[in-house]
Amino acid sequence: MSAQELGNEIYTLKVNGQSHPVKDAWIGESLLYVLRERLGLPGAKGACEQGECGSCTVVMDSQAVCSCLVMAAAAVDTEILTVEGLGENGSLTDIQQAFLAAGGVQCGFCTPGFIVAVHHLLDSNPEPSDDQIRESLSGNICRCTGYGRILEAVKIVISQRDAS
Amino acid sequence: MTTTHPTSTSTRAGTLGTNAHRPDGVAKVQGGFAFSSDMWSENMLWGATLRSPHPYAKIISIDDSAALAIDGVECVVTAQDVPGNPYYGLIMSDQPVFAAIGDTVRYCGEPIAAVAADHPETCKRALAAIKVVYEILTPVTNPQDCVSGIAPQIHPQGNVYRHQRIITGDQSIVGDVIVEGTYEIGMQDQAFLGLESALAIPDSGGEGLELYVATQWLHEDRKQIAACLNIPEDKIRLVLGGVGGAFGAREDISLQVHTCLLALKSGRPVRISYGREESFYGHVHRHPATIWMRHHADRNGKILKIESTMLFDGGAYCSTSPAVLINAITHTQGPYKCDTASVEGWAVRTNNPPCGAMRGFGVVQACFAHESQMEKLGVALGLSPVEIRLRNVMETGDRLITGQIMDSVAPVEQCIRETDAIAMPEPLLPNADIRQIPGGTGLTAQPGNIVRGVGWGVSMKNLMYSEGFDDYSTARCRMTDGVVSVKFATSEVGQGFTMLAQQIARTILGVDEVLLDTIDTQVGSAGSTSASRQTWMSGGAVKAACEKVLEDLFDHAALTFELSRDHVRIEETDIVDILSGRRIAVSEASKGINLDRTEEYHHPPTEDLDENGQGNCHVAFAFVAHRAVVDVDVELGLVKVVQIATAQDVGRILNPISVQGQVEGGIAQGLGLAVMEEIIVKDGKVRNPSFTDYLLPTFLDAPLVEMVLIEEFEPKSPLGAKGVGEPPCISVTPAIANAIRNATGRELPRVPIRPYDICL
Repeated sequence: MSAQELGNEIYTLKVNGQSHPVKDAWIGESLLYVLRERLGLPGAKGACEQGECGSCTVVMDSQAVCSCLVMAAAAVDTEILTVEGLGENGSLTDIQQAFLAAGGVQCGFCTPGFIVAVHHLLDSNPEPSDDQIRESLSGNICRCTGYGRILEAVKIVISQRDAS
Repeated sequence: MTTTHPTSTSTRAGTLGTNAHRPDGVAKVQGGFAFSSDMWSENMLWGATLRSPHPYAKIISIDDSAALAIDGVECVVTAQDVPGNPYYGLIMSDQPVFAAIGDTVRYCGEPIAAVAADHPETCKRALAAIKVVYEILTPVTNPQDCVSGIAPQIHPQGNVYRHQRIITGDQSIVGDVIVEGTYEIGMQDQAFLGLESALAIPDSGGEGLELYVATQWLHEDRKQIAACLNIPEDKIRLVLGGVGGAFGAREDISLQVHTCLLALKSGRPVRISYGREESFYGHVHRHPATIWMRHHADRNGKILKIESTMLFDGGAYCSTSPAVLINAITHTQGPYKCDTASVEGWAVRTNNPPCGAMRGFGVVQACFAHESQMEKLGVALGLSPVEIRLRNVMETGDRLITGQIMDSVAPVEQCIRETDAIAMPEPLLPNADIRQIPGGTGLTAQPGNIVRGVGWGVSMKNLMYSEGFDDYSTARCRMTDGVVSVKFATSEVGQGFTMLAQQIARTILGVDEVLLDTIDTQVGSAGSTSASRQTWMSGGAVKAACEKVLEDLFDHAALTFELSRDHVRIEETDIVDILSGRRIAVSEASKGINLDRTEEYHHPPTEDLDENGQGNCHVAFAFVAHRAVVDVDVELGLVKVVQIATAQDVGRILNPISVQGQVEGGIAQGLGLAVMEEIIVKDGKVRNPSFTDYLLPTFLDAPLVEMVLIEEFEPKSPLGAKGVGEPPCISVTPAIANAIRNATGRELPRVPIRPYDICL
């Protein structure tokens, strides 16, 4: 990109509780691109570029969004949570553990988006029915599992949280 | 999930038969796993590809001067920059790296040039600035015109990829009951989520390079890349970049050569990452096919003769079309006895998108036809779908229509009976949740208009490559001072082979920790991750290498610890001398020694088919039955697949959750082909190259899956296991179609079944 087109202005994104200056960015860059290519946070994945598959799901001000559809510069002054922001000091959350135990991970490309989406789902509705789980996660496409093991993983988490 | 036999004799964590942990699992749930599209290198450029907007056109000129003048553009490559073979291909080297001036583009989306620049946006602008002058030609889009010969030849190597027949038995036989139909299968996309991506890093000396790429077969890629670049294979190191699914779409070269050319020309690392639209143009798809089939049966329902013609549209370049066709015609009979057959198959070249491998590889198309026929045969004879199939089930020892004797475990009857024994779902309640009825939250269907249907599908699928191809696998096992590591070039595409390799090594060598070396070309070929073959083939190679190391360890331990060499074996993590009862921990016995073995596993040889389609062309087979229950709003044509019951022949179960995941995942893909997934091609152009317009099954579309795994040790298989990846997606498609036919009374000869096929 030519120097004129790269705004030399710095804007700041708040991701996973930390402030990240973004400099020399083209104004047209999506939040997904900036997270992955400028901030070193490749957990959100790009697979459709039009908000159909959910691989790029992040939470922005308590809303799950497709980061491919959000302009990065428009995300200034929001709180952004990506998959990298889950779990304390590298430990796995109960949802991440359940995905592994239930066999919810195969190729893993949809997994970060699903993990973020499930965290968001259970934060907003701790006791979803099977139908509610299916509907809430129907914006996240998985091509490997047929969703059976992912449903199982979510149900494991719900029952574990109930028990504790 | 239930199994017909206990699954494991060992309880030690992580051994064969247990739900071992995926070695890539933690990184995948934390978002740290490096897919090929996450690869990055210092000083890296972005690459992008210019593609033809026309399905058939002569290239008059290419002018890249305006692109090169754009600030940030590093270089442009076209056909004249290809130093070696200008063509590539898996079976026939017929696909240009780039379409050249004076030559033609043969499909919409064919690569013409590639650029490298400092930013993806700069690449887009550079592509838009390249001026290509075309002379537009009339595309050949009807595959039948290639069979009849009226289509003009669109490639020097002709318009027919393969024409093969199978003729066996007394052709004069006429059945008491005859049913026939002409069936169509649409073009399905593999739609893996992890888009094509590669990073090429040139050597500092400029003689060779390293390529990180998501592929199914590193060595085959390297062979084709080396030929195109005119560089010796040993100067090119391929490393597997993390693979986000494959399903057949990564068997062919896509961006590999382009990325290497840009890196060599610029002298800098280059990454190309496709977007979703480009991915639809960048890889082959499942062949659309038209299949006519006629079954002759006696009054008791026994199949006497099958006649069929099959036409597969291979699109513009060959890819694996000849092998796909052979798979289709040799599976005409499905999992049923049949002594007499006459089958004629064609795979042809058109200006439609190139087609090749996708999960099921030709058998999906054949199965849709034969299972549609079995349903018709049952109706014609007044027999239930279960009964007509049980009267014809294949068994081990049967002679196939190719003359080959079925020597795999063949529990077809058990697959059907176990599936039949699975409980039916509850009836749809009048006050059912809207998410459970056809149309879902669209709130369009009225429960009163919904009709339930039940349908069956049963299939047979060959495992491994066929027709004389020696698709061997290689593995290396090392034990160094008690630390075991395994190395192979087997593509891990999500199926879990890396986990299986660790399970094998733990079980054989009595260790708990197994390191995995980098998956690259620094070891012999593993063949392709396709054809349901890696558990059998690369599993066999890892097993062989580990067993050699074990023998070396026993030699060493017998001398060092004075054990009886002929009476030692591994129990848990110890070496045990069964004469003396002495136990030495493997960790103790292996101290200070270095054992290193590399082994190849080859399956028994197979043969080409002769002119009558006779020959032992396949290695082994697996079987599965599916029963679908659907709810259909017959007025609106909306379908909800309620339940899939299935019993699958899987051999020995090595990892229960992985098998379950393959079964459920395959069923979802077969459901997609049945009711929603199709690349729509009109006049040679793809009309829906996006996830907005190419519909994939979502969480709400996925049915309840009730499965029985039929566990019978396969004696021919190194680990007793059969490949489990492809069978789940094959007969579920006709099972769903038969259920919709059952609900609607319509013939519905084509998949995917669209709403207007049902309601208009």
